[in-house]
Amino acid sequence: MTFRKYLVLAGITVFSTAGDSLLARGMKELGNVSLHNLSGLLLAVAHPWVTAGILFLLAFFACYMSALSWADLTYVLPATSLAYVLVALVGHFRLHEVISPTRWLGIALIAAGVGFVAAGPSLTSHQPRDADRNPVSQEMES
Amino acid sequence: MSELYAWAAIGLIILASTTGDVLLSYSMKRVGDVGELWKRRGILAVVGRVLRTPTFALGLMAMGVAFYSLLFGLSWGNLSLVVPASASLTFVANAVAARIFLHERVGRRRWIAALLVAGGVVLMAI
Repeated sequence: MTFRKYLVLAGITVFSTAGDSLLARGMKELGNVSLHNLSGLLLAVAHPWVTAGILFLLAFFACYMSALSWADLTYVLPATSLAYVLVALVGHFRLHEVISPTRWLGIALIAAGVGFVAAGPSLTSHQPRDADRNPVSQEMES
Repeated sequence: MSELYAWAAIGLIILASTTGDVLLSYSMKRVGDVGELWKRRGILAVVGRVLRTPTFALGLMAMGVAFYSLLFGLSWGNLSLVVPASASLTFVANAVAARIFLHERVGRRRWIAALLVAGGVVLMAI
């Protein structure tokens, strides 16, 4: 695991938190979208908060796919759950929301789970890569 | 009745998002380390190779099904039931599926982690 890879994992957490918060804020400003008025859903994309949220979620997806290219699914998934913790901490320290003891316990459990996985190896599976299976054509392409 | 629909939706979310995660993870392992690929061949080679992996599209579709199941579930059940129930059970289902289909060595460390995270997600939502 290099520093760059930890940055990608951090990107998963930060971008998904930012994306979800921005989407939630945008959709609240827009109000309820009814099933009979689906064009409202299309217009929602043009709302600045929603657009920003979608951009952050795209960045999240890129980081997620990048992480899955070099780490196990069972290694990356706990990192995504840190987003719940981040949302709660941002709410607590920036917005002064009260966090109940149950939620603090939940934060502790998630953090412990992530720590457990992060201390172990990041890749245990051995699947054939396209690059490995077809070395000749790769050489010719490059 | 709406309770039943909510749980049906939760089951569907778990099934679809686990399928999606496994397919996406499988695709990206086939593509290989995108950081290295980017350095060697550029960003377009990365995007091209990801898009040419057929399981990637299937994975995206499964994620789409999961998303609409969530919307469906939210229309029948409470946010405080549907989201934590599906999110936490998906962590456990993913550990099982990754072991079976992706041949990841899910040792004691990762089982404990999956259960801790699943429990933590439930506690944060109630």
